[in-house]
Amino acid sequence: MSVTLENIPAGNKGGAEEGQITLNFGPQHPAAHGVLRLVLDLDGEIVTRVDPHIGLLHRGTEKLIEHKTYLQNIGYFDRLDYVAPMNQEHAYCLAIEKLLGLEVPKRGQYIRVLMSELGRLMNHILNVTFQAMDVGALTPPLWGMDARETMMQFYERVSGSRMHAKYFRPGGVHQDLPPGLLEDMDRFCDEYLKLCDDLDALLLENRIFKQRNVDIGVVNRAEAEMWGFTGVMLRSAGVAWDIRRAQPYECYSELDFQIPIGKNGDCYDRYVMRMEEMRQSVKIMKQCIAKMPSGPVSSTDNKVVPPKRGEMKSSMEALIHHFKLYTEGFHVPAGEAYVGIEAPKGEFGVYLVSDGTNKPYRCKIRAPSFVHLQAMDYMNKGHMLADVSAVLGSLDIVFGEVDR
Amino acid sequence: MTDLAAFGQKLSDALPGAITAHAVAVNELTIEVAAAEIVRVMSWLRDDAACEFKILIDICGVDWPKREKRFDVVYHLLSLTKNLRIRVKVLAGEGDVVPSVVAVYPAANWFEREAFDMYGIVFEGHPDLRRMLTDYGFSGHPLRKDFPLTGYVEVRYDDELKRVVYQPVQLVQEFRDFDFMSPWEGAPHIIESLPLAPGVGSGNPGKKA
Repeated sequence: MSVTLENIPAGNKGGAEEGQITLNFGPQHPAAHGVLRLVLDLDGEIVTRVDPHIGLLHRGTEKLIEHKTYLQNIGYFDRLDYVAPMNQEHAYCLAIEKLLGLEVPKRGQYIRVLMSELGRLMNHILNVTFQAMDVGALTPPLWGMDARETMMQFYERVSGSRMHAKYFRPGGVHQDLPPGLLEDMDRFCDEYLKLCDDLDALLLENRIFKQRNVDIGVVNRAEAEMWGFTGVMLRSAGVAWDIRRAQPYECYSELDFQIPIGKNGDCYDRYVMRMEEMRQSVKIMKQCIAKMPSGPVSSTDNKVVPPKRGEMKSSMEALIHHFKLYTEGFHVPAGEAYVGIEAPKGEFGVYLVSDGTNKPYRCKIRAPSFVHLQAMDYMNKGHMLADVSAVLGSLDIVFGEVDR
Repeated sequence: MTDLAAFGQKLSDALPGAITAHAVAVNELTIEVAAAEIVRVMSWLRDDAACEFKILIDICGVDWPKREKRFDVVYHLLSLTKNLRIRVKVLAGEGDVVPSVVAVYPAANWFEREAFDMYGIVFEGHPDLRRMLTDYGFSGHPLRKDFPLTGYVEVRYDDELKRVVYQPVQLVQEFRDFDFMSPWEGAPHIIESLPLAPGVGSGNPGKKA
């Protein structure tokens, strides 16, 4: 058992009252979704204070980024929210492109959107099923993991890697889609909707699931704004806000999709919304597959995008570009840019400060999980101890991006 | 773009003295605020009907060691109703205190703790300014430019003591920070460091050392 009971240190509370205990939850607890340590103050079984201790997975990503060239850094973004890696790369590439003033060709944009929505499916399927596991259901995660494996194979087919894809590059994507992938993805989309229906059949009207989630962890609009919520957490409080719609990037403005909005702001609403978002993502993916334009997948600006291998065999200029880009890397004009994208967990932002050299001067990663986890104390006050894991499950936390 | 510039001008007029500068670059509005006025400006940005920046997106530090006031504290705000973003900057020297905005935005709590942890920027009035991401008992501020990438201490499990111990970092091979910047392509800091007379840095390849 990793949950241990400690006595409250004398003087901490001016003498422990009857029934007042401090409970240490984690950092090695299956419901902690990673390495989270919570210090819980309990009055009987009622939570009076939650103090999350984070940083156990801190790798100094932002410091490392300052020491590598722009292209080398993309890999670090896969390792932030490792549940949906490409969405993070997307924000970083958009920030670089904003500073460079670089255009991404249409096919590149559609591939990016297609893969981003696939990332959203990967994230939400993991989250909703593990939210179910946190309140006692074991079948959903097994079904969800099965579908996730199929999606990771799509990752592998485009990039060669199941998780750490490094597929999005400044200017577009690394390679064109392999033959047959679009057809397979199209088939997968249809099967996926079936899986969503099956999961809903298990959970939507499930008595235990509803007892554990309805009216738990309620946030209203004012509270959600106060705590800086974005994404599903903000929308569950009834706020119609989605960056894909409000400040569209890539080709989202050309696609038709709905944005589910919650009514009650509780854990159950967030489950229902994530299920609906998955169906909308499938809808976006099907449109991308149907509309996929032809043409180059990345910008033809050879000062930023490295040449293809075949080109290098015959072109001296391409060879020079290749050498320059993989040693020195490209220079980004001095300035600063912030780009926020609608990542599956909320607004994932990259604040990039460039001093005109080949390495970022400063790269601040704004992770949605970090902000949402901060509200744990507020959301859990007055709830029972067992609700802590339900609230944590619905927050959608991944420690790769909380700790960075 | 003219829109944002006009909006920045309007803000400057509404809060004279507090906002020292405003600029628009890559379609993003940045305002600079005097440290002492940050709480007033943030409350105004949150509550004014033309702004309604209700959501605090981010707070972070940036280190410029050569500057007199070496740190930037950068706040990013988002207005849902106006669909606007704004960046607010405060300059802080080493040892300066910046007033905390936790009272205005509760979400600032962890961001300010992180900035304190990483840069040593002290936020006055913060309810609980502990370290955030680094280890219990860590010393130093790792994101400062003068903090080495490899750090000073490393941890390992000591089999004899049966506990984790800290010891100075030992590198089998010295840390290699490759500098691929070519001196004839806009890397003035390299040209300046060359032993030649000043004025060579005008980008004339013929006079390179």
